[in-house]
Amino acid sequence: MSKSFLEVDGLSKVYPDGQGGELTVFEDIRFALEKGEFVCIIGHSGCGKSTILNVLAGLDEASAGNVVMNGKEIKGPGLERGVVFQNYSLLPWKTTLNNIVFAVRARWPEWSKDKVKEHSERYLKMVGLDHALNRKPSQLSGGMRQRVSIARAFATQPELLLLDEPFGALDALTRGVIQDELVKIWEETRQTVFMITHDVDEAILLSDRIFLMSNGPNARIAESVKVDIPHPRARATIFQNPAYHKTRDYLVDFLVNRSGSALPEKDGTPKIVEPAQGVAQATPASADAETESDSESESDTAARAVNA
Amino acid sequence: MASLNVRAALLSVSFLILALGLWEMATQPPEAQTGLTEYEMLMGGVEQESRVPPPSAVIKLAWAELSDPFYDAGANDKGIGIQLAYSVYRVLTGYLAAMAIALPVGFLIGMSPLMYKALNPYIQVLRPISPLAWMPLALFIIQDSDASAIFVIFICSIWPMLLNTAFGVANVRQDWVNVARTHELGPLRTAITVILPAAAPTILTGMRISIGIAWLVIVAAEMLVGGTGIGYYVWNEWNNLDLASVIFSILMIGVVGMLLDLALGKAQKLVEYNE
Repeated sequence: MSKSFLEVDGLSKVYPDGQGGELTVFEDIRFALEKGEFVCIIGHSGCGKSTILNVLAGLDEASAGNVVMNGKEIKGPGLERGVVFQNYSLLPWKTTLNNIVFAVRARWPEWSKDKVKEHSERYLKMVGLDHALNRKPSQLSGGMRQRVSIARAFATQPELLLLDEPFGALDALTRGVIQDELVKIWEETRQTVFMITHDVDEAILLSDRIFLMSNGPNARIAESVKVDIPHPRARATIFQNPAYHKTRDYLVDFLVNRSGSALPEKDGTPKIVEPAQGVAQATPASADAETESDSESESDTAARAVNA
Repeated sequence: MASLNVRAALLSVSFLILALGLWEMATQPPEAQTGLTEYEMLMGGVEQESRVPPPSAVIKLAWAELSDPFYDAGANDKGIGIQLAYSVYRVLTGYLAAMAIALPVGFLIGMSPLMYKALNPYIQVLRPISPLAWMPLALFIIQDSDASAIFVIFICSIWPMLLNTAFGVANVRQDWVNVARTHELGPLRTAITVILPAAAPTILTGMRISIGIAWLVIVAAEMLVGGTGIGYYVWNEWNNLDLASVIFSILMIGVVGMLLDLALGKAQKLVEYNE
């Protein structure tokens, strides 16, 4: 019986490899998301992260397995799942405001014009774009476009928000600013979010859990790493938390050394890892914290040995 | 230094004056010779050789015609405005009929690879047929010269619109279609709110090509079917050996063609977008 908000069971994707054979990109993907969770998924290119997200969005079909949300199987796209695409996917002939209005109207067709407009403007204000309502996407910078795209997704108040590497095409400074905005909006709305990223720091800043994928073909979600840093988090101060460094070291080690060979538990669910277990929480940076994190790296190695 | 536009305009006007001047000089009647032969006298002087009229004569005629463009003095003597109006009416009727078919069918072909593959061979065979080749068949089947001319316009303007619509629709970015899908838009609403605006610039390009071709073809079609229209007018004045009228109507064909293209160009601007 399903208990979690979202349950992914035995998902796999097989493509013809062009030589008469088959190529299994990922297989037996199993995980669950709880309501209000922010989960990031990290893995090397080609492991099929985007395909998993597209299956959740209903834009792509898996070769095997199923996805159940709120007790209902996902078949095709739906408004209860909002998607933010990497390339923004704004409609270029519509103004900023009308791009949001388009989505809000689709979500609540019964709303009056004024209500739709007021609601859309509120979400644009949330991402700091209330001054650019009547501009076309082509007149906006990449960062501003992605903000519009984020506002559009949040404005429809989906139960599950899917972000496909939303900051991948942005420069580091812009990326930081928008991450802050995403943190802020998420703290306000506490949406359930599933996000793809390549950026370890971004994943730690935003997520409650981080899924680590092994390399494709035959990629799996090998581990589920708990990010033990309390909310609200801020990009400027999160570095001071010792748990941050433990988690970061662990993720980087996985991606550099172990992503080729890592496997999930025998039952197919990701191994649950807590790299920062036991680290004192919310400690500002101090001489103590540094020594502490040193001693922790030993227990971390031990934890890894157990997992392997 | 004057702006580029002003300099270009000055240059344009000087080219015009130069060309008209050369034309005027080249078409002067020869000096009257002192002694006319008896035959020349009988034939009314030296102007026995027909000549292209000088621009001054054409301008004089144009002035007269344009100051009363809509007079109607019988079947063979109608103002230039009436003749042009007939032609524009035929072009627009045939063109709108072609639009009514080409846009939906183009949409269908663009959205369905099956329909594209099924219909493409016919399109490829029908498209290169000169529209005038349809005329005899049209006259036989429709048994009405006016409607046949409209049919010829219809058949020549349908192809660019059809192909451009299909191409535009088929190449709408998948991202935008995905936006429609994630917002649970039905097929009809997706077509109207996403695919149509996305493909509109390409469709308008096809429509602009079509109106150009239609205007080219109407002149020839009206020369064939006769009765009314600018094509008939040109041919009629040629039969009257009134070359000043022929030149004048050629210019008018150019001006109206330009106006039609300008109108479509404006429409194109309206639907354009930058990615």
